Formats: sequence, C-alpha cells, structure tokens
Amino acid sequence: MHNHPVYTDNDPQSELSTLNLGPTHPATHGVFQNVLQLDGERIVSGVSTIGYIHRAFEKIAEHRPFYQITPLTDRLNYCSSPINNMGWHMTVEKLLNIQMPKRVDYLRIIVMELARIADHIVCNGVLGVDTGAFTGFLYMMEYREAIYEIYEEICGSRLTTNVGRIGGFERNFNEIFFRKVNKFLAEFPAVLQEFENLFNRNRIFMDRTRGVAAVSAETALGYSWSGVLLRATGVDYDVRAMNPYSSYDDLSFEVPVGTSGDVYDRFLVRNEEMKQSMSMIQQCLDKLKGEDPTIFHADVPEFYLPPKEEVYNNMEALIYHFKIVMGEVETPVGEVYHSVEGANGELGFWLVNDGGRTPYRLHFRRPSFINYQMYAPMSRGMLLSDAIINMSSLNIIAGELDA
Amino acid sequence: MGKITNEELLQQINEKFGEAIKVEGEPYGLLTIEAGRENIIDLLTFLKTSPELQFIYLTDITAIHYPEREKPIGIVYHLHSLVNNVRIRIKVFVADGDVWIPSATVLWDGANWMERETYDFFGVDFKGHPDLRRILNVDDMTVFPMRREYPLEDPNRVDKKDYFFGR
Repeated sequence: MHNHPVYTDNDPQSELSTLNLGPTHPATHGVFQNVLQLDGERIVSGVSTIGYIHRAFEKIAEHRPFYQITPLTDRLNYCSSPINNMGWHMTVEKLLNIQMPKRVDYLRIIVMELARIADHIVCNGVLGVDTGAFTGFLYMMEYREAIYEIYEEICGSRLTTNVGRIGGFERNFNEIFFRKVNKFLAEFPAVLQEFENLFNRNRIFMDRTRGVAAVSAETALGYSWSGVLLRATGVDYDVRAMNPYSSYDDLSFEVPVGTSGDVYDRFLVRNEEMKQSMSMIQQCLDKLKGEDPTIFHADVPEFYLPPKEEVYNNMEALIYHFKIVMGEVETPVGEVYHSVEGANGELGFWLVNDGGRTPYRLHFRRPSFINYQMYAPMSRGMLLSDAIINMSSLNIIAGELDA
Repeated sequence: MGKITNEELLQQINEKFGEAIKVEGEPYGLLTIEAGRENIIDLLTFLKTSPELQFIYLTDITAIHYPEREKPIGIVYHLHSLVNNVRIRIKVFVADGDVWIPSATVLWDGANWMERETYDFFGVDFKGHPDLRRILNVDDMTVFPMRREYPLEDPNRVDKKDYFFGR
C-alpha cells in the first residue's frame, strides 16, 4: 500500500510543509497534537504531543482512601467507565481476599459487557463518520443511549457511572434494569446487522480502510499493543480468556481475531466482539435465574459501604460507615497487579499498600497511552486522510491517554 | 492454563544469574524478583528470548519511591509470557543522586513512552533512550512530581481563601 517514495528533509526535490494536526482539530477526537511534516499530502514524519489534560490521577490516588479512588477510574476511559470502576474494585478485592457471590459476578459481567458494546458503538460509528458515512453513526448512537439508560437504572448516572462498591454493588438491580437489558438484546442484533450491511461490503469504506495502517503481529507485540488492535493483527490475547477475572471462566465465548491488522480488520473485530458480548450477557442472564435475587454484595461489612438507611438506623452500620469513610479500616500490606480487558486493551492496576489510609502507590496501565505511541511512527508514508482514519480506528480516549 | 510454575521460572533464572537476583516473594501469585541495573538488560533479554520462557510482552514499566530507604527509587517492570501465560515482576532499586538505568527500548519499542513517563514522574534517567523528554507534564517543570517529597497542595492553604478573590 505504502510503496511510495518518502522524501526526507534534505531531498532537493521536495518542499515540505508543517501541519499542526490538533490539539483541537475537528478530525482528532480529543486533545491530541501531532506535528506532521508533509510532502504534498503524504506524511514524511510526525511527532505526537500528549499531556494537555493531565490530571495527576496517580498522585491524587496516593492521598485518597480506596473508595474515593473510584471516581478517578471513571474518568479514564469515559466511554466505558463501568469497566474501569469494576477493574479497580476487583483489584482492591484481590488485595483484601474477598470472594464474590456468583450473582454479583454475573451482574458485573453484564454491566461490563454493556460498557464494551457502548464503547465499540462509538468507535466504529465514528470510524464511519470519518470515512464520510454519518448514517451508521446515527443508527448506532441510539443504542448507546439505550445502554446509558440501563446504567441510569442501576446507579442514577450515565457517563461517569460510579456504579460499583468494594464487595459488590451499591443497590440491587431492579426489574426495569432486566427489562431494558432484554429489550436491548432483542433489538440490537438487527441494528448491528444493518450497520454491517452498510459498511462491510461498501466499496468506498473498503477502499478507505483495507490495507490502511496495517500492522504486523510482531510490531504490535513489540509496541505492547493490546485489545482489539492487537487481536486485529491475529494475536488472540484477551485478558478475559487468558487470565479470567470475575466469573468469565463460567462463560463460553470466542476471541475474534483479524488477519492483516489494518483499519478494516479492527472494525470487523469490534463488530464481532459486540456479538460475543451480547452472547455473554445472555449467558449471565440465564445463570442469574438460579441465584438468590436478593444478593448484590458480598458479606464483608468491614469493607462494604452500608446503605444510607442502615447507617441511620443500625449502630454497626454507622460504625462501619464511619470507619470506611474515614479510611480507618485495616487493609493488608502487599502489592497487587490486576488487569481487566478494557474496551481498548489491557487495563492494569498496580497497587502497593502499606496498610495506611491510602495506597502507597497506584499505577494505572492505560491501554490508550501504550497503544497511541505507535501513531506517529506508523503514520510515516501515509496519506493525511489515511492518518485521520487510522486515529479513529485506534480508539484513543484522551482521558486515559493522559491520566 | 500456565505451563510453567513460579518455581521452574525461578530455577531457570537462578541457573543463569545466580546470586545477582534476589527473590522478593510471590504476592498474589506473581513472582517478584529484584535485580541490579548492571544486569537488568541481560535479564530482560534472557526472559524475552529464552525459547522456553518467552516473556515477549512488556506489560508495563513504572517506578516507586521509598524516601527512607538507602536506595529509594525502584523501577518496576511487569512482563507477561503470552505463550506460557505467566507474569513476572522485576524491580531495580537505585540510590538518590544516581538515578539511572539502561533503557529497555533495545528490546521493545513500546518501552519508549513507558520510560518517558517514568522519567517525567520520578526522574529516572534511562541511558540509551532515543528521546528522553517529559511526556505528560510541561517541559520547563523542574521537579519529578511523583516522588514522595512533593505532596499534593494543602486544600486549607490560606491563599485559597474565598475572601482573597472577593467572594
């Protein structure tokens, strides 16, 4: 695809121009700056700058008790915040050696897979927009709204959900939640099929995406890529399958992989993943039928923040509430690495705890940060229009890139 | 899954590096070892290229600061053998005023930004890094903010009082 001559600065034939793509260019989905050297429309070299929205999450986390770190995780990948939330809670639960009831695990998987679908809807929809097809985006966006309404049923908020608790959920899931999930599962496959019909064999879309930004498996592994981007190159590394957390090992699912690692394959892999996610949600709904419907958290009163009405009426709950909020609960000394399959790759938490009120050190392995570093090197020799499509296919979330 | 146990893994490392490696433990099943900066690249190369171990995937590089220790800055590597599905954590501690370590970019291209981030926040000088600049903070910053001597600013600071702003 890219066998065109690439001129260098010293080449007398060329007159290079410099283009500032971003920080707030309409074609970049956030605050990204890339200073590109262009020969005509072809990119000769590029330098990426990040760091426009740095919020010092790791530093803040060192000054907060575990519960208060949850809102920080929400704001990493805000397109699928429940995955970040629960990844964090599972890390803490691993540290505390808390065993979850099965029902909580299944409910968590339902919410996390919904989040993954929502994230993929946005990414693939926007990839369509960048190739000039707005219609698909509109079809799909309605269903992201449907997922946000489902979040609303369980926690009252939509984008930054703050949905979990250490040890489970803040409240039990109501009937409307299950009704909405079932409605979503009934309606979405047809919409996804329509979306695929619109794009998968579309001549323009294929011409714009096939062979564009193709990456080999070796290169992707060398750059520590993970998630859809790595799987599109043919490597079937999925944290859910390889190191199953929660109760993913109870479910049967496939890990879709691509072959060429180009933009088109990433698009297809995301679509396939949405289907797998729906199957996982259905499996969890089936498994929930055998579980006690009143259980929504583990029996760990010293760590699980009690509901407000209990705090007002029950002395033990009041004491635990006070101790948890003030960071007075004893936590084991130790260090934990826990990773979950975020919507755009392996989201890892490295937590070092010295038994104090706050973590001694907390590091987020943010997939966007690691995936994005290849953007400038891989853009070399590409057309500017291809580089735009490439960026949307990488699913970079600014909040996670620059936490 | 997991065809290699931590014991076997440790045995292989010990055969090659012997006394140079110190075992820190297996917190939550993840083998943690401590190496010196003089043999870190050899160790990483061995782990990556050994046909049995195949730690081909660099999950993460970051650092930690223990100001009270003799060697306060610890550089931490997380590696993952995708073939055997085993993870390992390697730590290298260096003394204050002498905070450098060879760069792992010779083994993984992906180490580039991870090391830049570690430099940005802890001031670790990765020797041989092709482009060691700050990445998330502003270039003219003079401190390394994730070190423990820089606490978050106090919310009760007097210059943040509302009446200074006419509120």
